[in-house]
Amino acid sequence: MSPNRPITPSTLSPKDLPWQIDWNKSKCTLCGQCTTVCPVKAIELGVFRKREVKTPIGLLTPPKNEYSIYYGIRQKTDPAFSCIGCGMCSMVCPNGAIMPLHNDEKDKLIFHKNIGGKPRTRGGRRNESDSVLDRIKFIRISMLTDPAMDAGRHEFNLNTLLGRVLPPEAGLKAFQKNGWVPPVREIYPLIIGGMSFGALSPNMWEGLQMGVAYLNEEMGMPVRISTGEGGCPPRLLRSRFLKYVILQVASGYFGWDEIIHAIPHMKEDPCAIEIKYGQGAKPGDGGLLLWHKVNKLIAAIRGVPSGVSLPSPPTHQTQYSIEESVAKMIQSMSMAWGFRVPVYPKISATSTAMAVLNNLTRNPYASGLAIDGEDGGTGAAYNVSMNHMGHPIASNIRDAYLNLAKLGKQNEIPIFAGGGIGKNGNLAANAAALIMLGASGVQIGKYIMQAAAGCLGSESDRCNVCNIGVCPKGITSQDPRLYRRLDPEKVAERVVETFLSFDTEIKKIIAPLGRSTSLPIGMSDALGISDKDTAERLAIKYVV
Amino acid sequence: MCRLFALTSQDPVSPMLAIKALDVMREGHDGSGVGLFLSGLSGPFEDLTDCPILSGIFTTAGIRRLDKYMMDHDFMTKYKTSTRIFTAPPSGTPKRDVYLARAYEKPEAWKNMPQEQQEEEMVRIRLELRRMGEEKHDMTVFSFWPDTIMIKELGDPLTIGNYLGLDRKDFNARIILAQGRQNTNYAINLYACHPFFIQGICTMTNGENTAFLPIKEFLESRKILGYEGYQSDSEVFTHILHFTLKRLGLGIEAYKHIINPLGDKQIEEHPDGPFLKRLKETCRKLIIDGPNCVIGCLPDKSLFMVQDSKKLRPGVVGGKPGIYAFSSEVCGLDAILPDRDTTKDIQPMHLDTVIVPPTREEIHICRQTDPLHLQH
Ligand code: SF4
Ligand code: SF4
Repeated sequence: MSPNRPITPSTLSPKDLPWQIDWNKSKCTLCGQCTTVCPVKAIELGVFRKREVKTPIGLLTPPKNEYSIYYGIRQKTDPAFSCIGCGMCSMVCPNGAIMPLHNDEKDKLIFHKNIGGKPRTRGGRRNESDSVLDRIKFIRISMLTDPAMDAGRHEFNLNTLLGRVLPPEAGLKAFQKNGWVPPVREIYPLIIGGMSFGALSPNMWEGLQMGVAYLNEEMGMPVRISTGEGGCPPRLLRSRFLKYVILQVASGYFGWDEIIHAIPHMKEDPCAIEIKYGQGAKPGDGGLLLWHKVNKLIAAIRGVPSGVSLPSPPTHQTQYSIEESVAKMIQSMSMAWGFRVPVYPKISATSTAMAVLNNLTRNPYASGLAIDGEDGGTGAAYNVSMNHMGHPIASNIRDAYLNLAKLGKQNEIPIFAGGGIGKNGNLAANAAALIMLGASGVQIGKYIMQAAAGCLGSESDRCNVCNIGVCPKGITSQDPRLYRRLDPEKVAERVVETFLSFDTEIKKIIAPLGRSTSLPIGMSDALGISDKDTAERLAIKYVV
Repeated sequence: MCRLFALTSQDPVSPMLAIKALDVMREGHDGSGVGLFLSGLSGPFEDLTDCPILSGIFTTAGIRRLDKYMMDHDFMTKYKTSTRIFTAPPSGTPKRDVYLARAYEKPEAWKNMPQEQQEEEMVRIRLELRRMGEEKHDMTVFSFWPDTIMIKELGDPLTIGNYLGLDRKDFNARIILAQGRQNTNYAINLYACHPFFIQGICTMTNGENTAFLPIKEFLESRKILGYEGYQSDSEVFTHILHFTLKRLGLGIEAYKHIINPLGDKQIEEHPDGPFLKRLKETCRKLIIDGPNCVIGCLPDKSLFMVQDSKKLRPGVVGGKPGIYAFSSEVCGLDAILPDRDTTKDIQPMHLDTVIVPPTREEIHICRQTDPLHLQH
């Protein structure tokens, strides 16, 4: 090492980084596409000097050095430019000359992702591939005592209800008396959860919306999508497609000025209003849209100046108690649409979820409860919040359902589960497990980004730069040079394909259980797991 | 699969008739048990229509405890037919001390009690006796209701019928429901044997209710007296019917709309669409699933049959004015009513509720797509 090369505590070698670039000199043609595409500038054109010692035969001519230079790809080791393993370089390389490889040991970068005293923020997921949901098996197979249903031939009724359902006696009485009943929507149990216009690129948003519209209008599947906190484009607010949309309001109230003003012009009521009090990826934190992504369009829709970071407060500032939060806000939102639109809160999974739920059971306007587990994803959060904060979804949903069953309100307040559903690709199985634990439906985010737009994120901290506007797939970027990589039509197609295959898979799960006439909410006798403690905790069967 | 046979006849007949029909269908059950529901009783019970009859199986000690309990509650025995058998039971059937059907005169205190409250009381007493019996294993109580006798026992139906001497006049009845049991996944417990009964409502099922657990949880959470102690996935059918009739004040034609609601498109086109939509939403937890054929008897002594929404189980209704029978298989009908006009036999399909009213003049078919007769 040259004596004048400084070594600081944060001087790292490629080996210290989570991802190492494997570059093959003999294949590389120096086209430069990899360095151009790299979202974090982790690689650059390198000029390498090479010494060769030439030792001729015999003793007459002394050995000599020959110097040459060659060009190639160099990986930066500055923590600010460390490779994120997205693999875009390898995707664009015409010769297969470059590839990121994951470190075989825990990296050292983690200790230095706080330069300037700023802890790491990122987007993405929790980076933990273990999943209780994946381990749940469906064990009650109908065979000889009763024939299994035929997933391909029989008629299935998979829809679920979003909205406060009255108990049978009260519901029929209100019918006879022509009295008011809370609004109820019949929807598909797989919901695209809140990802805001702003967090997502316009192309991604448009693609999702088109896919949802197609599923509704052409396939007859009542799929719904939540806007996330970021308002809703004015044209959509005034279109008939609004009925497929769940409008989310959260602590920053972004976009709500526009929404409220659009109410008189709405052709259709929205499907529902979701009041976000918390999200699974970063419980106790509000939404966060970093300035990189706040361009003119986003700013206009959200009703803010452009180029500033938009943190939402951790809680709704106008409220100081659960009664306040739940009762008043639900009531005002219901009132805004003449009590025709279901309004429900979304909270992060927490050991205190039962208190919220109990409160909701006493509120006649509360239409449901969405609970978002620790495995939820996000566009931007502190690393520590993502990795360590939050409650697993399975036991929270189970407790909530059993709690409602004890009160006899299991048909009255639907619970929707979110966070990590399909995180390892097992969407239908995870969704079915949660439904049988008691959820009325599930919300997905990351899964649809991966399936419909090719998001590169994985549970091993790959990519995850959704927060800084450089998404190499154009999913979470507001830079037109990036998001034009994403064709909205193609996204829509993938959305449709994803839902159709989910539909078949879920039938393949419930048909052998002998179910077809209604969604098997709370059918926990069909579930088993090979871990005694988990089985006991979830009140399902222990099977080995 | 189990086998079911029910009949409704102007003239009282012996339950052995129904058991014979089960025997004809014996390929469909394994002779592991039989259950009988008798109503429209003749003979000695005929004039005791106001007296609740307690049916069950007792040990000698159990009888003593029963007597004490009933006396303490001011019930007077009006008539009883107890069967004490001294011969060894057939193989597969446990030795029991006493099979009992005993009619009681209601206590003095009930004189001015409203009918509804009396009906509650009868359920309460049955449940209490059941609990006492479960504690000491000395009583098994099937029903406590006027004009109702229930018998359940393990073993082959025909053998048990002969063993218990069911051809006695005491047991002649105008309404008979009989089930031949196929032992499946639930351990044999007499409380798990069909038919099931609550407050004049009785049903039995051939099938498997795969939505049992959530339905059971929902019924239990209604906190309605008697919605408890489920030992069979089919017991909930009886209670859903009870809920339909007694709690929702609807008729039998609404039952199928609760257990197998129509699809959304059909509901939209239905003359009672908005009502049915509400019914489907609010009673969503009562939707059954799996293959099921339900046969039952209503408090007004109508008999009915409904099929699951895919019609996965057999079931046929036939007969002639004065006598009609409901059977899992045609051979059961043929054995009992060979001289009926077979062209008038009805095999209810996935939308049908078939009803034979107590007048026994004809078979009514109520399709789910027909308008309901709702009182507004
Ligand atoms: S894997 Fe991604 S971040 Fe790493 S060098 Fe390649 S393009 Fe850049
Ligand atoms: S591909 Fe885009 S959305 Fe997916 S993890 Fe990377 S930056 Fe985030």
